[in-house]
Amino acid sequence: MRKVIYCVALGILLAGCSSGNQEPGKPTVNVWHWMTDRDPAFQELAGRYEAKTGEKINFELYAPSEAYSEKVRAAAQGVNLPDIFGILGEKRDFASFVKAGHVLNLTPYMDEMGGVWRNKLFSNALAVNEFPDNNIYNVSPGTYAVPTDIMTIQILYNKDLLKELGLNPGRPPATFAEFLAIGPKLKAKNLQGLVSGWGELWMLNCFANNYAFNIMGRDKVIATIKGEVSYTDPDWIKVLGIFKDMQESGILADAVVTMVNKTAEQLFATGKAVFAFNGSWCVNVYKGINPALNYGVMLPPRVTDKFPMSIWEGAGSSFMVNARSKNKEEAVKFLKWLTDSEQQAYLAEVTSNLPANKECLGEIPPILAQFADDMGLATHPNIWGVSESPLVTETLGRGIQSIIIGEKTPEQVAVEVQKVKQREQAKKRP
Amino acid sequence: MRFKSTLENYFLVLPAVLIFSVFYLYPFIQIFHLSFFDWDGIVSFKDATFLGWGNFKEILFQDSNWWQAMGNAGYITLIALTFQNILAFLLAWACDREIRMKNFYRVVFFIPPVLSEIVVGMAWRFIINDVDGANIINRMLTAAGFPNLAHNWLSDPKTALTTVAIVHCWKGFGWGFLIFLAGLQTIPRELYEAARVDGANAWESFRKITIPLMIPVMVLVAILTVLGTMQAFVLIIGLVGGEFAGYTSVPVLRILASMRGSSMFGYACAQGITFGMILVAISFIQYRFSRRAEI
Repeated sequence: MRKVIYCVALGILLAGCSSGNQEPGKPTVNVWHWMTDRDPAFQELAGRYEAKTGEKINFELYAPSEAYSEKVRAAAQGVNLPDIFGILGEKRDFASFVKAGHVLNLTPYMDEMGGVWRNKLFSNALAVNEFPDNNIYNVSPGTYAVPTDIMTIQILYNKDLLKELGLNPGRPPATFAEFLAIGPKLKAKNLQGLVSGWGELWMLNCFANNYAFNIMGRDKVIATIKGEVSYTDPDWIKVLGIFKDMQESGILADAVVTMVNKTAEQLFATGKAVFAFNGSWCVNVYKGINPALNYGVMLPPRVTDKFPMSIWEGAGSSFMVNARSKNKEEAVKFLKWLTDSEQQAYLAEVTSNLPANKECLGEIPPILAQFADDMGLATHPNIWGVSESPLVTETLGRGIQSIIIGEKTPEQVAVEVQKVKQREQAKKRP
Repeated sequence: MRFKSTLENYFLVLPAVLIFSVFYLYPFIQIFHLSFFDWDGIVSFKDATFLGWGNFKEILFQDSNWWQAMGNAGYITLIALTFQNILAFLLAWACDREIRMKNFYRVVFFIPPVLSEIVVGMAWRFIINDVDGANIINRMLTAAGFPNLAHNWLSDPKTALTTVAIVHCWKGFGWGFLIFLAGLQTIPRELYEAARVDGANAWESFRKITIPLMIPVMVLVAILTVLGTMQAFVLIIGLVGGEFAGYTSVPVLRILASMRGSSMFGYACAQGITFGMILVAISFIQYRFSRRAEI
């Protein structure tokens, strides 16, 4: 009897070890990610890949993103990262992963056959994952990750609410003065104006950055980060002043300084707010909350014509290959397949995200196409080649929050930011 | 024989000592060690830069955000020590007497502490907020004839921290209530009966029997309140979404910001050590004061 039980148990164990279509001898490629909304699509694609090649791709979801981020860092410290993973963080974190030997340089694969793989992908999205020659992080030049989708962050407007305010929904405000002029009309109609996740500082900094580019141009922004221009410069005061102007005009939603992006998305999707500052990922979110939402995408209204308005664009999500993995060749092969037109079109259709592969841009829904329209104006801190100290960025964000609630003036905030900047420069942290 | 017995005793406590060393002592020593370095938590520790006391000097003398956060935590703690604990004590005292439905009250008062902090934060945000919430507080104020008082409680720097403190008290008073109630039930009833026979009224019994005998319990509740409140942060994330220009910033949020937002693991460890030392010092002072009060 005991022998029979052992045999049954062994059978169950062996059955558990076997896998559907996986061919014997072929390794399993493990992928870690944090994207809850994209997980079903990834699982579907993993199944298709296994059916095609016999290689099993095991997508493991770890959410929320903060928990994922901690997990990846802990795995890096323990040198047990999976074959493919993503990094959430700034460029200097990415650089630290590369310098610690965790990330495979994909340049040779990208350049194979005249750069077929590289040429398929949006150059701005790739640039986020590249380290050029003589970069400040002292990382060997190369491309270290592959974008699976891209995003741009712009202003969205509710067409029906604009009409209700007596404005032309076909012509949203193009200048900052036109934008501010809507503020008093909102009050009269008891509507909320601009909503955004400005309780999370990075979105606030992104908005400020767009206007810094418009008011003083890219070179001066970079010069400020390098420490050559002070944050007390009149142009920076002007950038900070736009938040005061917006607050005074009534164009900002109440409590926008403590708003998280999830709340902002709900307010906009349910027609309670006229404008939202949000990334292209929101298309999928709005579709889920209110499929009938009638909205458009516009550039942040410009303050001046002196320099072009800029928007942030980058890799929505990127995957990198573990340089220490035994399966790195298989992992690269899978990433090549994942970024092919067919898979990218499927991901764009199912997840409503902009594809990283430029060949399938023609197949995306019209609202996503509007997000893609202004890619010529796109930038991202990760491609500037210089990096602002996180403490300076934090002080700037907190200062802007203080301006919006009327606790500080733009001049006071500029002095505070410059003080932290000087302190950080004196420290010269690597 | 005696040696064998001693050896046996050591052998029996070995698992506990091992667990304590591995999960408490070793991490603490490591954190203390890390606090002297500039390390981002990703590169090999061999490449970390030794700063000596640099991180501690920066925290103590330059980091105004840290001290603002300490001040905010102190303010919430002060409200919790007074408002929350007095409320908990009075309710426990009421439930210790022969009142109707006292078991029902005991259960109801203990519901908030068992709820998750994030759930409480989001629920209260919904109750308080006028933009994305039900705006109940402002509606009540308006209905009561005080429309001028209605405003955004959580995004006004003058009221945000106090609102957080009050919600924290609502969430936390149940623990104090439970401990106070247990303490009150240990006081022998004969003492009250003897006092009544001697002509003492209710107030005198409360002042001369209940309060002195409850001092050790009050000390315990006060220490637990300080330790719990100073380390609160989840509730703030749920209610306000974060540090809100520093007005709702607390030390643990600063440590998280250093570790996650800025990738300054060494600095975050130094903040953790500094914070731990401050908490130990506060608890020690509290203990000394309470000993004096008991004498």
